[in-house]
Amino acid sequence: MERNTIRKWFWVWEFDKEEAWLNGMAQNGWVLESVGFCTYHFVKCEPGEYNVRLEMHGYDESYIQFMQDTGAEFVGRMVAWIYFRKKTTEGPFDLFSDIDSRIDHLNKIGRVLGIIGTANLLIGIMNSFNPVVNIGWINLLCATLLMYCLGRIHGKKEALEKERLLHE
Amino acid sequence: MPESYALTESTYYILLSLLKPQHGYGIMLMTEKMSHGRIRLAAGTLYGALNALCDKGWIIQLPVEDGSRKKEYKLTDAGRTILAKEVARLRELADNGERILKGE
Repeated sequence: MERNTIRKWFWVWEFDKEEAWLNGMAQNGWVLESVGFCTYHFVKCEPGEYNVRLEMHGYDESYIQFMQDTGAEFVGRMVAWIYFRKKTTEGPFDLFSDIDSRIDHLNKIGRVLGIIGTANLLIGIMNSFNPVVNIGWINLLCATLLMYCLGRIHGKKEALEKERLLHE
Repeated sequence: MPESYALTESTYYILLSLLKPQHGYGIMLMTEKMSHGRIRLAAGTLYGALNALCDKGWIIQLPVEDGSRKKEYKLTDAGRTILAKEVARLRELADNGERILKGE
């Protein structure tokens, strides 16, 4: 089997861009086989043989089982993100089919970013008072970045909520 | 949330699919069939909705039988009542729409 590994960076709010890129790879005959940190391992497939989906979801074996029961294959997990693929012959493949569950998903991402961001902020402040090694700025930088991510996620959520006022 | 709120389309069809015990994929197929292909429940959305409906007590998860790993769900009496109320609400909406559009 021909294989291929690509290293690529996506920001948290770019998860739909990441998904589109993975589906583009599948269209070109490379389907995701496993994931690592900023690393994607592909295996040769028929062009358009698979659809690939990803989402943030905590450790939840029964969810993975549920997905497999609907004909999807579990590709792998990278921290909180899980990746699935499904053969196009098995029917259409989406993870979310209404606005509410898309908003829920963004809330989930927001909560995780908020927790890590706050932790970094607190550790950063505490480390700033450390007279020996002054590394607090690293945490403060991380906290700033995470808050920016949170803002981007929030923007996406607002757009959906506006839609939700009129539609389901 | 007050129970007089409207159900979402997904919730409505999930409840309708569960008059008889059904597993997740079965619910997806039934919903698609009933809505003539208009509504395709996605697995993530369905999973979240099933958990929320179990918490509400409108459906229950049946004990998993030996040899089968698929979880089955079934409508409860409470769920049935909600569904009946929703049908009445939808009828009101449709009746009013038809009446006014006909210019009565």
